[in-house]
Amino acid sequence: MNGAEKKRRKSSWWYLLFLIQFVVILWPPLYNKIEPTLIGLPFFYWFQLAWVIVSAVFTAVVYWATRD
Amino acid sequence: MPDINWTALIVFILLFGFITWLGFAAARWRKGDLDLLNEWGLGGRRFGTVVTWFLVGGDVYTAYTFVAVPALAFGAGAVAFFAVPYTIIIYPLLFLVFPRLWNVCHKHGYITAADFVRGRFGNRWLALAVAVTGIIATLPYIALQLVGIQVVIGALGVTGNGLAADLPLVIAFAVLAAFTYSSGLRAPASIAIVKDTLIYVATFAIIIVVPLKLGGFAHIFAAIPAKKVLLAVPGDHTTGSYSAYATLALGSALALFLYPHSMTAILSANSGRAIRRNAAILPGYSFMLGLLAMIGLFVIAAGIADMPAYAEGFKHFGSNFAVPALILHIFPSWFIGVAFAAIAIGALVPAAIMSIAIANLYTRNIHREFVNRSPTNKQEAQMAKWVSLVAKLGALVFVLFIPTKYAIELQLLGGIWIIQTLPAVMLGAYTRWFNDWALLLGWAAGTFAGTAMAIASKLTPTFALTLGGYTLPGYSALYTVLLNLLIAVVLTPVFNGMRAGRAPVDQTAEADYLAS
Repeated sequence: MNGAEKKRRKSSWWYLLFLIQFVVILWPPLYNKIEPTLIGLPFFYWFQLAWVIVSAVFTAVVYWATRD
Repeated sequence: MPDINWTALIVFILLFGFITWLGFAAARWRKGDLDLLNEWGLGGRRFGTVVTWFLVGGDVYTAYTFVAVPALAFGAGAVAFFAVPYTIIIYPLLFLVFPRLWNVCHKHGYITAADFVRGRFGNRWLALAVAVTGIIATLPYIALQLVGIQVVIGALGVTGNGLAADLPLVIAFAVLAAFTYSSGLRAPASIAIVKDTLIYVATFAIIIVVPLKLGGFAHIFAAIPAKKVLLAVPGDHTTGSYSAYATLALGSALALFLYPHSMTAILSANSGRAIRRNAAILPGYSFMLGLLAMIGLFVIAAGIADMPAYAEGFKHFGSNFAVPALILHIFPSWFIGVAFAAIAIGALVPAAIMSIAIANLYTRNIHREFVNRSPTNKQEAQMAKWVSLVAKLGALVFVLFIPTKYAIELQLLGGIWIIQTLPAVMLGAYTRWFNDWALLLGWAAGTFAGTAMAIASKLTPTFALTLGGYTLPGYSALYTVLLNLLIAVVLTPVFNGMRAGRAPVDQTAEADYLAS
């Protein structure tokens, strides 16, 4: 295994961040509720909107971490 | 229908005139030889991170999306919010798969997904299946964009009888066809920048003004029937709305980038890196789409559906009238013009890209493969320009003469069909393990089963799958692509054995998939 390949193997753990968002967002029982509300928005709505931002941050992290 | 709103109509026409000029002027932007298919149909693959952001955004979040997602929320409630998990999932997929596809397509001059499949698996019939699926799935999508334009033109109060009623739509389409013909992909790319700016302004105006007028979010949600605010909790022996919600999100996400128009926008980027960066910044649009889905609920809370002024609009356009009615209800005339222009221009961008994508597929994977095997570059580009006209004309005829209901149902079937190209295209980007004929049979089985499921569930997206006394309602596209994959996996060793080492040559090498 050469150096470049070793680096690729190591950095690919970052892709697990993608798995986290898949599991969270595809499990509706987790967020199908009213409380706690945020500025009057039911949890169902603000939680999913918040995950849009979280997922963008995750993707940016993976981008920086796996950049050659 | 209300009388013509002149202020709104004039603002609308001015903005429309501006983008018409822009569409034609785009031919000179990053100038290339438009007699080459690569230049006309992919903008010379020269778009950087920012233009790609506008282009993919303009492509994925279409006018129809902006009308239909809130309309679904207005009619069906919380389930419409599946659009949010859907758009969360698409970007990791974009990040993982598409830089590889971009690299290999760039290296070998592939313009369509079917080009790639042809090179990778060396089977023209498999490539034909991918091309035909792409064309058929995209045509009703173009028709739906026209429905978006129809709704706002109706809401502006422009009505008439017979042919006169359709005249504004015909004009809009003539404009679209002309600038696509002359400027190719550069036209929607430049217009997308204007369109997205307008859409952002309109959405944020709605999301700020409406809650203020209705007394805050808490007030709004208190006014909505409880069963629309959340998903229904499943009963015994069923996963109910939960599995429907999750599979709709996942299945739609897997299908999205297989659509030819998404592929066209992605391949026109100037590097794999521009695509990866976009995976991180495109969620800006997802956030807006989530806000828009909530706007559909605001319409319920505002009680607009019961106001006599909008009764005819709702009668004519159904729940698709929800957002236009809300805009008419709360904004001054000049802003109504801006918001409606945003929706109409938002229809032109994806419609242009879709017709270009269809043209690329027909020209490369049907005409060149089966009719004229050695066209000159100029003949190839000319053919594509004509096909883009024919595709749009077909969509226009469809919208004018066939009820909207059929376009919506065909678009639903289109999603089920397009996902069947996933094993060949997305998994093909990673592995050549699959046998080409096994992939083709898997595709056929998935397409057939998906169509049957959709018909069995009365042309709605979710099919109630029953397994050992348990009911698992879910998106037919996801169920059938699993069947497709299973068949491809089982048949691959069988067919490889029958062929005994005479596999077609893979034109691509592993190094072609990595950034150089």
